Amino acid sequence: MGKPSDLVQGTLDLLILKTLLLEPLHGWAIGKRIQQLSREVLQVQQGSLYPALHRLEQQGWIKAKWAESETGRQAKFYALTAAGRSQLEKETANWNRLSAAINLVVGEA
Amino acid sequence: MRLLDQTRMAVSSLFRRSQASARLDDELRYHLDRQINENISAGMSPLAARTAALRQFGNPALLRDQARSTWTSASLDSVGRDLRYVSRALLHSPGFTVIAVFIIALGIGANVALFTLVHRVLLSPLPFPNPAQLVSIYETGGNKSFSYLPVDAASFFDWQRATVDTADMAMISPFQGYNVSAEGGKLPEKINAGACSWNFFSVLGVHPALGRSFIPSDDSLSAEATVILSNSFWQRRYAGDSAIIGRKIWLDAKPYTVIGVMPPSFVYTGAFGGNKDQVWTPISHEMPESTMKTYEDHEMIVVARLHSGVTLSALISRLQAVQKQIKADHPGPAVHESVIGRSMLDDAVQDYKTPLYALLAATGCVLLIASMNVASLLVARTASRRKELAIRVALGGGWFRMMRERILESAILSAIGGAFGLLLAYTAIQWLVRTREDMNRVEAIHIGAVEIAFVILAVIATAFFAGLASALSSNLKDVISVLQDSSRTASSGRARAGLRRTLLVLEVSLTVVLLIGAGLLLKSYQRLRSSDLGVPIDNVLTMHFNLPDARYKTQIQQNDFYEDLLARVRALPGVQSAGLVTSAPGEGWDGDNLVSVVEHPPLPKGTGLDLQHRGADPGYFAAMHLPILRGRTFTSDERLQRADVVIISQKAAELCFPKEDPIGKHIKIDTDNRTGEVIGVVGDVRWNIAEPAMPMMYWPILGHGFQNASLLVRSGSKVTSLAMPVQKVFSALDPDLPISHIQTLRELVGKSTVDSQFDSLLVLAFAVIALVLAAAGLYGVLTYLVTQRTSELGIRIALGARREQLLRTVLFDGIRPALLGLLVGLAGSALAVRLIRSMLYQTEPLDPAVFASVAVLLLAVAVFACLLPAWRASRLDPMQALRTE
Repeated sequence: MGKPSDLVQGTLDLLILKTLLLEPLHGWAIGKRIQQLSREVLQVQQGSLYPALHRLEQQGWIKAKWAESETGRQAKFYALTAAGRSQLEKETANWNRLSAAINLVVGEA
Repeated sequence: MRLLDQTRMAVSSLFRRSQASARLDDELRYHLDRQINENISAGMSPLAARTAALRQFGNPALLRDQARSTWTSASLDSVGRDLRYVSRALLHSPGFTVIAVFIIALGIGANVALFTLVHRVLLSPLPFPNPAQLVSIYETGGNKSFSYLPVDAASFFDWQRATVDTADMAMISPFQGYNVSAEGGKLPEKINAGACSWNFFSVLGVHPALGRSFIPSDDSLSAEATVILSNSFWQRRYAGDSAIIGRKIWLDAKPYTVIGVMPPSFVYTGAFGGNKDQVWTPISHEMPESTMKTYEDHEMIVVARLHSGVTLSALISRLQAVQKQIKADHPGPAVHESVIGRSMLDDAVQDYKTPLYALLAATGCVLLIASMNVASLLVARTASRRKELAIRVALGGGWFRMMRERILESAILSAIGGAFGLLLAYTAIQWLVRTREDMNRVEAIHIGAVEIAFVILAVIATAFFAGLASALSSNLKDVISVLQDSSRTASSGRARAGLRRTLLVLEVSLTVVLLIGAGLLLKSYQRLRSSDLGVPIDNVLTMHFNLPDARYKTQIQQNDFYEDLLARVRALPGVQSAGLVTSAPGEGWDGDNLVSVVEHPPLPKGTGLDLQHRGADPGYFAAMHLPILRGRTFTSDERLQRADVVIISQKAAELCFPKEDPIGKHIKIDTDNRTGEVIGVVGDVRWNIAEPAMPMMYWPILGHGFQNASLLVRSGSKVTSLAMPVQKVFSALDPDLPISHIQTLRELVGKSTVDSQFDSLLVLAFAVIALVLAAAGLYGVLTYLVTQRTSELGIRIALGARREQLLRTVLFDGIRPALLGLLVGLAGSALAVRLIRSMLYQTEPLDPAVFASVAVLLLAVAVFACLLPAWRASRLDPMQALRTE
């Protein structure tokens, strides 16, 4: 496995929100899920994951709940809120616009 | 919704901080454990798995901090830390803190008290529905000093008819009074009353809380007598008994049926009084028919409710046309030609506007000075901590953070000061409401939400002003130079005092304005106190009574009472002399008549000689030591039908008989054709201590149906001890007769100067506070400067500078801002005093004596405040001074 690619600035929030769209997950699982879905290309550093989770929670886009995890231990599960859902839509639209634009530029070259 | 979530999050992470931290640790540990497990299942040894996981994980402490810093409470948290830090610093210098809080409390307290007064008395609407529609209408003539004159009943009815479609009009004569008879063991008493048209209450939009209001049929001479009680009178005298409705009470010895009781909130206040009225009666039933039909007897105040869309000026111009026609039809001298009106609120509080706004301005100055002083103290504190602050900035402390600390410091001081100030204001208002019961709308004064908001605003303004001054003065951007700064570079210290000096100039100039205002008001009060009533006022007791005509039907009965009373009172031990007069000197306007001189050719139509009207007994002039300048006093035989004699005052003699002997001539009262031979001329007395004496005439009290009288008793000493024996004489003669206004002549005069005394003493108090604050400011700045220049001064002394020279230099350094402030203040006062011109009695706003003495006083205080630091500077030991750094 080569050096994992750095995330494009500001996309981590989008990834987290998108991951949580399906079901509530705890931190470790969010990291894993992003890794799996991106076919091991995106590796989320814990150093950015937890500050990001806490920031999203403070902003009211996700909410946390302690619950029993699949291993039987208590873990902190994050779930999307209604505000988070609309934020996800906004950020997705934004991302689509941005990536299309980048593709245009890169495709031209 | 999100906002709510965020707030909840912030608050919960702020208060459940340790719990939240433990949860964060749990969360991170869970992650670590999962990673270790995964590594083990990938085939690593437990130890290697753990090491790899930890390596991947990074620094857990750092991660924890990063996660934590996203919590919104983080910024609150650092404010909290600053708050703790600043309060600790303040607690370390309790002297500074107490002084600063005290100064702010004083400033804010005085302001809140005055603001409450202005807001409740001048600004808050009257307690009636749609109060903006209510106006008071008066007549006015050419005489400027009485521009708002009461209205005559005949004009009122004409006005009412002419304006049915523009306004609802009612009238009240609020200065009436009744004797309430002793009934069921209660004492007789004299009460204030308003006689009003039947629709008075409905025009104001209020209904009795109990019973009914007046109806048109109550308001006629032939109707059964009815009365409506005020709530307080009903509670006080009838114990709030609701069975009072329909019962009869005895007013002036006649039965009146109580038909209603007003709600407790009801009070009518106008420029001519009314707020002390305890009962109301229908005016056409109470007044003689002639009064209700004449255009010449001005007894009523007219109130009107404008129909919607009608303005006051529209109503006035309509009435003006009516009044012009009245004057054309009835050209008598006592018929006025013009109509004037103002809102009912203005009518109630007009007299208080200038004094209250002047006092509010004074307290505003005090607050400004107070916050400047606190700013100055804070600047000094910041300056003494410059090095510490510079080091903190050098070590990475943010500049913004330092600013925030300064603002927080002054915010804490202001908040505590504001809390104490509110307490102070509350006490002050309690005191004021007790001492100034005479003030209109005093019942409306209380601290409410608006006042609390004002306190908060004042606290914020003070905090910002003082905090910003100190924050800006710290100027920490140039850290290096501060760190390099040693006390030898004395000039930088001087530059930094510049801000404080500017503040001082402002402070001193405001103080000068306050001192001059106080000086003028005091001088005016002094003039008022020492102005001559016309008779010696020491050791004279006065009391007022009113013989009801139901019991004293004839002049003979009245005379019997008067003569019995005088004989018994004069016989009391300690009484030197006693007399009867309808109104004592200084007791008020009472009445006046237009007269003509029988021996002179008739005056042109529409003019007359206006004389104040009094009744007196033969012994009155001697008892009051009122000099008889020519002729003689009445004889006891000049009574009943033989009472056609009159004594006039000197001014009346000059008015009616210029350059001729009045004795033996005759004066005729125009309205009732009464004629009297002038038998004497006496000295002038004032009807009000603050007004010039009016020409006056005295008729025998034993002959002209006077029923109101004041008894005056003169004694050698301790005249107040005679109050009880004299009252016993009254109750022996008529146990049903109430006596009112029992007071010494000095107290009576004192009451009419209470406004002036109140205003001048309050402004003086504020000025003294300002002076003390300014002096403390001067002292502080100069002491600071001297400390800054210790080594420079030491070098000078070592080089041979003379100590007197140093003293002079330093002294002048301190006095310069004071001088500048004095000049600015004098110029400012010259403008400001114009605003209080109407409050001054026989005192010019630009009184040179007041201006000069304030200048001298201020300079003396400034020199005194600067002397100690200057003296200390000149006494420096050069060796010690040089060693300080």
